[in-house]
Order: sequence, then C-alpha cells, then structure tokens
Amino acid sequence: MMRHISLILIGALFGGGLALSGMLNPAKVAGFLDLFGVWDPSLAFVMGGGVVANFIGHRIVTRRAAPVFASEGEGFRLPTSSAIDSKLVIGSALFGIGWGLAGLCPGPAISSLFLAPADGVLFVMMLLTGLVVGRMLTSGPTARPASPA
Amino acid sequence: MVIDLQNFTPYASLIGGVMIGLAALLLMLTHGRVMGVSGILGGLVMPSGKGDMVWRVMFIIGMLAGPFVVIHLLGRPVEITPVAYGTSLPVAGFIVGLGTAIGSGCTSGHGICGLARLSPRSMVAVGTFMATGLATVFLVRHVL
Repeated sequence: MMRHISLILIGALFGGGLALSGMLNPAKVAGFLDLFGVWDPSLAFVMGGGVVANFIGHRIVTRRAAPVFASEGEGFRLPTSSAIDSKLVIGSALFGIGWGLAGLCPGPAISSLFLAPADGVLFVMMLLTGLVVGRMLTSGPTARPASPA
Repeated sequence: MVIDLQNFTPYASLIGGVMIGLAALLLMLTHGRVMGVSGILGGLVMPSGKGDMVWRVMFIIGMLAGPFVVIHLLGRPVEITPVAYGTSLPVAGFIVGLGTAIGSGCTSGHGICGLARLSPRSMVAVGTFMATGLATVFLVRHVL
C-alpha cells in the first residue's frame, strides 16, 4: 500500500513539475527549440534544475544497498548498456524530429492528457504504437526487450 | 538571436525543473527505477510480467493528477497551445514513440536521469534529439 501511494505521489510531483515549468505547453517547447527565431530560454532552466537536483541526490541515494521498497535481492536498476551505436543516434534523431513537430515528448503528452484530450489522446495512441513498433524492430517480437532509460 | 522576454518564465521553469529532478530522485530512492517515461510506457504496452505492471500504472496515475494540483495551487489554468495540426500530430506521435523505443529513452530518461548520472550514452542522445528538434522547428517555422 505504501509503495503504491508513494508512486502516485512521486508521479504527481513529476506531473506537477511539468505543469509549473511550462513543459505541458507545446507552443513553449517550440519556442525553446526556435533558437533562430524569437527564442524562449525557459526550458533550459527546467533541464538545468532537474539535472542538478538529480545529480546531487543521485550519489547520496545510490550509496544505499537497496531502494527503500525493494523486495528481497532487488537493487537499483540502472541502465547497463554503454554502447554508443547507430540505434542510439538514429532513435534519438527521430525522437527529436517528432518532438520539434508537435512540441510534445512522452512525459508531457501523458501529463496533459486530461487537460487537452482532443489532441492528447490521438498523440498518445500513436506514441504507444510507435513504441511497440520500435521495440519489435530493435529486439524482435519474441525477445524480451531491455528496459530503456 | 532574439530572446522572447514576454514568454520567458525562469523562476517557474526552474522550480518545476527541480520538482522533476526530485521526482526522479525519489523514484530511484524508493523503487530503484529510472524515471524515463518512454521506458515506463514501453513496459506497459509490452509487459514482461504482471509484477512489473502495477508500479507503472500507479506512477502514471500520479502523472495525470499532478497538473491538477498545480492548477489548484496557482489558481489559474496551465496554458496549452498546440503547434501541430492535421496529420502532423499523429505522425509526430508515432515518430516520438518509434524514436524513443529505438534510442532507449526520451527527455526524462536520457535528459533528466542520464545526464545526472553523467552517462555518455545519454549525452549523445540529448545532443542528438536537441539538434534534430532545433532543425525541425527551424525548417517548419522559417523555411517551409
């Protein structure tokens, strides 16, 4: 029960942060990516605040032997791959194109779903379709895909 | 370069960013998981077992609720102005899903979490999607 409540609260902190920061607004995201037009640098502050807060805390948190709510033998699940390969670059390049086109990345697309359902539902359905196709392309439909970051 | 001072929100964006970073930290502290939304969603649509589903659903319920708390506290709605219309919206959604699955992460997983761990993979990913994002907006707004 505590596990579930903590997950809802942490998700809400994330969703609330997205809302306060302006990330839920596609026009603001596009304004940030419009470096050669009239540029809104706000989202650099979102990324900066998020990375610095996480950077400082991460080294303290992972000093623990296991997460607070870990079951027996469960540890921190950090990505193990270190390969800088064509999948990483091609995938990220594609993601950036979609992000620039719609001003939405996966987190804000989910968190704004109830606020702007007309666009949001279609976008998220297509996003989930893309995720399935991408996972099938990279690992085959039967292989268990490695948990992405 | 012209700075858009009218829409510039350094304080709200910084506080929101710190909230996002703290959420990532707390998810790692309590559940040992990376707060990467594309990965969390990917594990829902292609589940690897029933025990792996519940935490994802709970986290997403929180993500859906969080903005309403902020709207209540601020006492005003959050601005949402779309930029993609017609077929470009679903196409963008598909590309975002496809790209984050192939590239193993998005703005949260590679951006907030990967960069904070100083992961070289995430640095390459963020540099790449920032570059193509900038190029796409440049093309859409200033060329096409």
